[in-house]
Amino acid sequence: MAQSAQTISIQNSSPARAKKSWRGKEWFGFLYLAPAMIILTVFHIIPVGYALWISMQFGTIRNFRLACADADAIAKIPESFGIFQNLLACFDNYNRALQAPEFWDAMKTTIFYVLGTVPITIIVGILVAYLLFQKIRGRGVYRTIYFMPHVISTVASAIVWAWVFDPRNGLANHFMQFLGLPIQQWLVEPDGVFKLLGEFFKLQVPEWAEGPSLALVSVMIFSFWQSLGFDVIIFLAGLTNINVELYEAGRIDGANGAQLFRHITIPLLAPTLFFVGVISIIGSFQAFNHIFAMNRMVAQPLGGPLGATRTVSVLMFNTLYAQQRAGYATAIAVLLSILILALTLIQFKYLGRRGEGA
Amino acid sequence: MTTNLFRMNRDRARSLLVNGAIHTVLIAGALFMLFPFVWMVFGSLKSYNEATTAGFFPRNWLISNYPEAIMVMNGSKPCAYDAGNPFAILDQCLILRYFANTISIGLVTVLGVLTTGVLAAYAFARLKFPGRDFLFIILLATLMIPGELTLVPNYVFMVRFPTPDSLIATMLNLDPNAQIRNWVDTYYALTIPWIATVFSIFLFRQFFRSIPNELYDAAVMDGATHSRFLWSVVLPLSKPALITSAVLTFLGTWNSLIWPLLVTNSAQMRPIQVGLAAFITEAGTQVQLLMAGATMTIIPIMVLYLVLQKWFVEGIASVGIRG
Repeated sequence: MAQSAQTISIQNSSPARAKKSWRGKEWFGFLYLAPAMIILTVFHIIPVGYALWISMQFGTIRNFRLACADADAIAKIPESFGIFQNLLACFDNYNRALQAPEFWDAMKTTIFYVLGTVPITIIVGILVAYLLFQKIRGRGVYRTIYFMPHVISTVASAIVWAWVFDPRNGLANHFMQFLGLPIQQWLVEPDGVFKLLGEFFKLQVPEWAEGPSLALVSVMIFSFWQSLGFDVIIFLAGLTNINVELYEAGRIDGANGAQLFRHITIPLLAPTLFFVGVISIIGSFQAFNHIFAMNRMVAQPLGGPLGATRTVSVLMFNTLYAQQRAGYATAIAVLLSILILALTLIQFKYLGRRGEGA
Repeated sequence: MTTNLFRMNRDRARSLLVNGAIHTVLIAGALFMLFPFVWMVFGSLKSYNEATTAGFFPRNWLISNYPEAIMVMNGSKPCAYDAGNPFAILDQCLILRYFANTISIGLVTVLGVLTTGVLAAYAFARLKFPGRDFLFIILLATLMIPGELTLVPNYVFMVRFPTPDSLIATMLNLDPNAQIRNWVDTYYALTIPWIATVFSIFLFRQFFRSIPNELYDAAVMDGATHSRFLWSVVLPLSKPALITSAVLTFLGTWNSLIWPLLVTNSAQMRPIQVGLAAFITEAGTQVQLLMAGATMTIIPIMVLYLVLQKWFVEGIASVGIRG
């Protein structure tokens, strides 16, 4: 950590001094860049443009047909659009996606998933990091244990968790019994958690308030378990970077632990918080691996039960892999990407500045 | 005096209490983190009946679940070892094949990421040529592209790209039966798209820029070229960044699922994640075998983590600070 702080301070002064030693143009720099640039251009930059093109295609990967050449697609656009009729028909896949209930259901599921995982993981992550930051014995051991789930492959740990959530002999139901609560179906339960809670308390829950399905909540619990350590490590690094003298000054002024946390830790942790927020939201929007493995473990179709765990990524993969509809799958991917980009930019705009200021 | 002493004791008692509370919370959290692993290992040692009905501890520690899991993974064939041809076991024994695939894919990817990353980062950090900063900004912008977006186009590329070896064989007519084949189900598809990452270039560039210019001036005085300076001065000084990138890249390859799932068809090409995902179907309801399979795939990465944990943890931490 000390080293990274040092590198940053040195690097700030280097460009000005560097200017002196540059003589002429070092054209062979392109040679150094070439390997990385070729790979990145072919597999990361060109595909962005190509994705837009594919999203306008019907048919399968081996024989694409341009949507604008499809009579049905053109017929869908009113003739009053004139010369734009053909052009708009190119975007038929988007039109279909935006009109498909399954797309909006997947969007809803994804948003439930993001809202149900990101904030709680961050909050608990900060608290655990703060506890570890107190000069506590065995800090290294705790750190190792908390981070462990992040290192283990998702498929393997999802297999284990699907078994924890097993309705017949899973640990989760043993725990529920221990607490005297009714046993649950967990990963195979498509009903909303608030509806289930309502049943427990003999209350009627309106349809709009049923909340995310228990199957999705089970996936969220897994995701919390898996990503908590990552947040803890990064927050711990952020805390270590805060100048200790600030705490001492605060203590001299008579601040208690909670006040120090509120007025020194949180503001100075803002840039780290921002970073973790962006990374976690992007990651959650792309949730796939554990859902794939857990669905398979409980013998449900991908995204099951009854589409309860079908996030946008899962929907996209299914459209591509099972249905072979590459164009439609890409249109979904483009829509998802636009949403992720917009969210990232909003975060940069509103939170990024606060982060920099701190 | 007495009040002071009283106060000291009170503070001490209070800090003991606070410490105890902190440890209680942290231990509870640690148990939550660890219990699935214990559940998994215990589950892998139970009989089917025990696993589906009985309690927490296994009654008769059935180590035999492990060889059985390997058999099932193998399509009910045992792994035959032939002393005359030791490498044949990789074709006979799928679990070893999965591991060998993952490890070789991981090593090639890491080597590629380091090579392309170091060269590009050096150009961005130390060489002056037109368009350098513009190119760097473009690269940084690609960090914003979600993986989902490039998935289908890259898959289409895999279907349409000819493999270099089949292309050469056909063009030079080396083999009359040679056919052009695409990248699907080859190691090309599993490695080449991932042998350069913007993240590593960015990380290395930050590091390279922190190396004092005086070192370069001194090296030039001694007659060193840029490549010599990069190799003998910059790289040895950048070990932390190189190791961080290597560990994170290897971990990423080890854990990747969606891409290898798309581009592999045959069992022989599967990395361990895809193999394990296939094993879920193969083992069916035999949950004790699934736990044994999961345990076997977890052990190597767990050992690696415990040995290299400093690099895992500090790698992640430094990413957070720099990002």
